[in-house]
Amino acid sequence: MDINFVIEKFLLVTILFAITLLIAMYSTYAERKVAAFLQDRLGPDRAGPFGIFQPLADGLKMFMKEEIIPTNASKWLFMVGPGLAMLCACIGTAVIPWGQDLNVGGRIIPLQVTDINVGVLYLFGVVSLGVYGVMIGGWASNNKYSLLSAIRAACQNISYEVAMGLSIIALLLLTNTLSLREIVEQQHGWRWNVLYQPLGFLIFMICSFAETNRAPFDLPECETELIGGYHTEYSSMKLGFYLFAEYINMFVSSAVMATLYFGGYNYPGMDWVAAHVGPIAGPLIGTAVLFFKIFMFIFFFMWVRWTIPRFRYDQLMNLGWKGLIPLAIANIIITGIVIAVVNKF
Amino acid sequence: MGTSVFYFVATLSIVFSLMVIFSKNPIHSVLYLILTFFTFTVHYVLLNAQFLAVVNFIVYMGAIMVLFLFVLMLLNLNKENEPNKSGLIKILGVIAGGCLIVTLVGSLKAVSINSPLVLQNPNLGLVKNLGKELFGPFMLPFELSSILLLTAMVGAVLLTKKEEKTNG
Repeated sequence: MDINFVIEKFLLVTILFAITLLIAMYSTYAERKVAAFLQDRLGPDRAGPFGIFQPLADGLKMFMKEEIIPTNASKWLFMVGPGLAMLCACIGTAVIPWGQDLNVGGRIIPLQVTDINVGVLYLFGVVSLGVYGVMIGGWASNNKYSLLSAIRAACQNISYEVAMGLSIIALLLLTNTLSLREIVEQQHGWRWNVLYQPLGFLIFMICSFAETNRAPFDLPECETELIGGYHTEYSSMKLGFYLFAEYINMFVSSAVMATLYFGGYNYPGMDWVAAHVGPIAGPLIGTAVLFFKIFMFIFFFMWVRWTIPRFRYDQLMNLGWKGLIPLAIANIIITGIVIAVVNKF
Repeated sequence: MGTSVFYFVATLSIVFSLMVIFSKNPIHSVLYLILTFFTFTVHYVLLNAQFLAVVNFIVYMGAIMVLFLFVLMLLNLNKENEPNKSGLIKILGVIAGGCLIVTLVGSLKAVSINSPLVLQNPNLGLVKNLGKELFGPFMLPFELSSILLLTAMVGAVLLTKKEEKTNG
């Protein structure tokens, strides 16, 4: 095995991990600032200029707090829960193409950890695994509210996974590939998938809100009914892990939406830009564009959270099973018919 | 390299599946079962059957096991309300298990290790090839099994529906 290859991948993974954590950290700050803006408040402004060091202060607080494990909790699983939540949140970034290949001194460096040819399914698997952190943590707490929350989380994730999978199938009919790299390459320039699959994108987005347990789908931690939901019994950094995992999930699902439907690192006029700024800066601008799209999605997540009230449980199930799934199936059928007609003539 | 990885993962599968049986707590059993399925996923990857690996990951680990866990959490099984198993049931269990072992050993004896089966096309497990295979030569069985699954689904929905009481 090429030693350069190992170093390259190691660096890429390390940088990705650092960026993920940094973005998740500043998402907490951004969320509070966005909430403040939407509610006509100031938000955090004490730690540093504009409160820019607030996430550091929060992190320090989390680490310093007393760690409490309930007497009757299943101790081992109580600790596994948050770790699992964090793990599942982080491994999704491995298959996302972050930019075009970099050409450094004749050596091609792909800005993607691995391009497996079942990339979309891998992402889907990671999403479906994400619920275990919540379920195990909720059960191990030995608290009725936590258990109820764990069960809610399981129901919600299973229900919305179905609609999510169906909306992806319509997209796959269009792309004919499961590799994320190829899906992005097909959207070169302005041919973003969202233009061909608007309904699919809408369904996918609603399902990602549900899968990340973000408002208006944050029923697992519905504080008016369940105190704190699955993390009622958690304190210190274990609670921090759960909260942090939510922000990482938000970042990853934003990246997935940008990659699948909004062209990834593609932007209009990219060939012209690439021809004028050189082979290194061109791809890097593409990466910057991808991150811009991701930030827009993260902002959208926050905007929705502070605008729309939480669903009731029966409304959630009705929307999932009677609204989104039939729509997604109709979307598949229409897409199939259109593709067949276009190919025929 | 490949062989040593196989032996390592195979050992893990056996250990985890034994833990499924030996753990006292049903929730722990299910969690070990999830780990067992994870090792199966690794086996599929080693066999170059990527699609099967990912589907095993999504369907078994991601969906079916979540439902298992879900049901067990609701049942709240513990020592106090565990049903007493009578001696007769235990004896019957031993006999049934013994029969299974005899069947397994008998079928394994028929497999000759000396001429291992070599797959004609090692890339058969990739999505594209598998799809061509399923929708080409194996079209009819594939569609039949999907109809079977659909029937089972309709049946499950029907079972959960309460029977409407007819008045006279």
